[in-house]
Amino acid sequence: MTPVTTLASESGEPSASLVQSIDWLTIAPPTLTAVVALAVLVADLFVPPERKRLLGWTAIGGLVAALALLVPLRAGDRSTFCLTSEAQAQGHAAACSYTADHFTLVVQLLVLGGALLTALLSLDETRERLPAGEFWFLLLSSAAGAALLPASRDLATLVIALEVASLPAFALVGLKRGDRQSGEAALKFFLSSVTATAVTLLGVSFVYAATGTLHLTEIAQRLDSVPGQLGTLAQAGVALTLVGFAFKTAAVPFHFWVPDTYVGAPLPVAAYLSVVGKAVGFTGLVLVTVVAFPSYADVWGPALAVLAALTMTAGNVAALRQVSTRAWSAVRLLAWSSVAQAGYLLVPIAAAAYSDDDQVGATVAYALMYAVVNLGAFAVVALVARTRPANRIEDYRGLYAASPAAALALGFFLLNLAGLPPGIIGLFAKVTVFSSAVDAGLGWLAVVMGLNVVIALYYYLRWTALLFRAPVGAPVPHKASVPVTVAIALTAVCGVVLSGYPQFALRFAATTLF
Amino acid sequence: MIDISESVMQFLLALIVAGPLLGAVAALLPAPPGLKGKSPDQAVLRHGVTVTGVILLAAIVLALGFDHDQPSRMQATTDISWIPALDVRIHLGVDGISLPLLVLTALLTFLCALYSYFKMPSGPSPKGFVALLLVLESGTLATFAVLDLVLFFLAFEMVLIPMYFLIARWGGEGRQAAAWKFILYTLLGSVVMLLGLLLIGVQAGTFDMVALATDNGRGLSTTVQVTAVLAIGLGLAVKTPMWPLHSWLPDAHTAAPTVGSVLLAGVLLKMGTYGFVRIVLPIAPDGMRIFAPYLAAFAVAGIIYGSLACLALARPGSKGDLKRLIAYSSVGHMGFVLLGIATMTPTGVNGALFANIAHGLVTGLLFFLVGALKDRYGTADLDTLAGATGAALYGRAPRLGALLAFAAVASLGLPGLAGFWGEMLALFGAFEPAEGLSRPAFLTFMAIGAFGTLLTAAYLLIVVRRVCMGGPRPAGETAIADVQGYEFAAWTPLVALTVLAGLWPAVLLGLTDPAVQQLLAGGTR
Repeated sequence: MTPVTTLASESGEPSASLVQSIDWLTIAPPTLTAVVALAVLVADLFVPPERKRLLGWTAIGGLVAALALLVPLRAGDRSTFCLTSEAQAQGHAAACSYTADHFTLVVQLLVLGGALLTALLSLDETRERLPAGEFWFLLLSSAAGAALLPASRDLATLVIALEVASLPAFALVGLKRGDRQSGEAALKFFLSSVTATAVTLLGVSFVYAATGTLHLTEIAQRLDSVPGQLGTLAQAGVALTLVGFAFKTAAVPFHFWVPDTYVGAPLPVAAYLSVVGKAVGFTGLVLVTVVAFPSYADVWGPALAVLAALTMTAGNVAALRQVSTRAWSAVRLLAWSSVAQAGYLLVPIAAAAYSDDDQVGATVAYALMYAVVNLGAFAVVALVARTRPANRIEDYRGLYAASPAAALALGFFLLNLAGLPPGIIGLFAKVTVFSSAVDAGLGWLAVVMGLNVVIALYYYLRWTALLFRAPVGAPVPHKASVPVTVAIALTAVCGVVLSGYPQFALRFAATTLF
Repeated sequence: MIDISESVMQFLLALIVAGPLLGAVAALLPAPPGLKGKSPDQAVLRHGVTVTGVILLAAIVLALGFDHDQPSRMQATTDISWIPALDVRIHLGVDGISLPLLVLTALLTFLCALYSYFKMPSGPSPKGFVALLLVLESGTLATFAVLDLVLFFLAFEMVLIPMYFLIARWGGEGRQAAAWKFILYTLLGSVVMLLGLLLIGVQAGTFDMVALATDNGRGLSTTVQVTAVLAIGLGLAVKTPMWPLHSWLPDAHTAAPTVGSVLLAGVLLKMGTYGFVRIVLPIAPDGMRIFAPYLAAFAVAGIIYGSLACLALARPGSKGDLKRLIAYSSVGHMGFVLLGIATMTPTGVNGALFANIAHGLVTGLLFFLVGALKDRYGTADLDTLAGATGAALYGRAPRLGALLAFAAVASLGLPGLAGFWGEMLALFGAFEPAEGLSRPAFLTFMAIGAFGTLLTAAYLLIVVRRVCMGGPRPAGETAIADVQGYEFAAWTPLVALTVLAGLWPAVLLGLTDPAVQQLLAGGTR
């Protein structure tokens, strides 16, 4: 490996060579994930069935290594695949397709960490119900795409990363063999997602037509001076591009697929979609809106604000209406709550349109909190699902009597999602989002969010209270397997540490990430 | 009074805030060998008494070490950066306003723990009960000790979950619905309050209450102040509770176990009024000046409404629950506190703070007594208790009857007992409100408030007549136990302090007055 770091500031002579020099270390985290994915797929052909467990551990090892590779990049000043010619001649900083700045690194940490926890949750499932080789390949491929997305700084890479992250996810959802619901869920997910992506592509082509470039920073410069007759085209392009990413975040009106898909998918995959899938969506939105289209803030700002308000309201109202005795109501409730949380994630992005301060850090901080807590909640749900496959909320009655640690952990995660002490990090993540809205003068949005927080509290707390009720009949302890226990412990420890020292997550809200 | 070094004072204050929290964690763990006691239940209840006792001791030492010559100065201050990203600091300190409330909280929680040691409310295991009680104590103490807006909010929220579970799991009839009403109401209020706090923080550039109070609203435009006061005031008014936002209170009190009621009335309600004095008055005075007449109007409406509701409940044949009655009387008493605050004068605010403490002592005692009655009779329904002629408690359980009569006259504001001074000062304040407030309006409020004291006296005397007096008892009636030893232990401090505060109000006013003067004039040092 030859680390020819193409620092953005190091704009020297235009390279005469036709072969681009690539900074391999910079692109290592997604690349390694993709390489391990292929390795697992090939190895699947040669590993005897009784040794398939090794594949899972290989995948986990790959993800841990990818996470470790983020450490040498922590300065956040590297980029590669840069344009070398004209931009530099004009004295601009070179436009790069791949940038590993702080924003990228945080999101990669979130995505790879989320994939790692998903992998831990999936170890048992792959042994029992899911085809191992395909599963690990698909999971890692999707994670590689999701890790590539925050780093991409041109629209082509962005769309490709979005597709790499999404296409394996369709297959993951439909992977439960012989399960009709799973197939239906996958189809629903696929059809709505493909429509959204097609719309995004149309939007990208409009933007390209109007500006003549794909690089985000250059688009930002050229959108200012779009010729008059192309103005409408550029505006339409901006709006359409946002649609695809709004779909990924499961924002209203692109949220209908969420509950059915989560219920139909294997549980770890639902956890993955709720965290990593969402991260993909909001990263794309941040990149497109804040980096590429700042001059159209008056278009996407109000749109996103309204979208955020609608999303959180729709999600919370639907979650409120879940009947606790219905089959899979626990997963359904988490699905709707994830829609609502997506609404909160959108608030700082909308606020970025109204204020000169850097607001998107609040989204990143909130997403970090949400990832830890939501994965933790899914881990406990996976634990309970082992003995109660129907996974009704009613099945959680008296969990404290059966397995106190799991009940305390789930209670903690739910209170974090609600934003109530002792879930201090959940509370402070909400406070940062609130303050970004207040700071940007979006008082009405802050009030809508406040109402939503109270609605959400009702169903989170109802579930939490159920955990500590007297159980019906003798409590049956839940058989915990080692990986699931590790996943619960890991998320719980992260949650507690963040609650004691919220600065770990909230620091991103106070600095410039790009 | 006694000279204690500043670092010890800092440690004491930190212990008071964090100690109960550590105690709560310890309560959930199995008891170490040597402390196992007779049974796990007994051991954990004893643990509760020990921890709250230590905290009370620390609070008393803190009060003794407090420099009583400079009560307006923040003492025992700690100021550590916690979340630089949000500019949130762990800033603790006490002055003459918060010190009495800290001691009151520590005292009431200790008495509750002591009472529960002998008389555990029926419900699931005491382990959770003790842990929740300690978390509740920590949250309340933190509310009175922190000097950072975000931290204040955190502490304010911290009491919700434990109180919810105390009501929902150890409460009486209708506890689930009451617990929900309590938490949803308070939460709706506190979310709005958070928005107001953030507005102040974002506009002024700091969350530090001392710095903001010193600014005295100079850094905030009137629009910001008005919005902030409206938002923060709404949250605090739900907690206080101010009429017409009070409707969660009677239900919560009726359903809560005895100690839950005592703490709810004794200290939780004070968090609301404390917030008005500590945050709204000094930080946004212009906004407060605009809302003060409305606040006063709602306050006197609460006084009258609370008294009328109590009169209706005390009437024979109305099936009035005694706990509910005292809850409504709290609405009236808190009305006096709010009226005092709304005058924005040192007299009124001092009266409000005094009435705060007095209400904590007297109503705490009343809830203890009614809880004891309910334990003995199995009901707190006034009609069932009194029967046709009256419950004749003077004859059947003379000490209990005497205590109840004492608490009732203290509550109605008999001169010489704690209830008197606060209400009188609040009315005095309304006689001559701060500059810029309409005097005729406040004179009207004063007249209505004074009329409210008459109504208060009326219903409390009716209660005394129906519960304590009565005709000769039918033969063969089962005897009821008089006051037990542990009940004496839990109630005597409250009785003694009620008398002390009534006879020697300078103890409290000497502490609060300089601090209030400075707060109104432009912040704390």
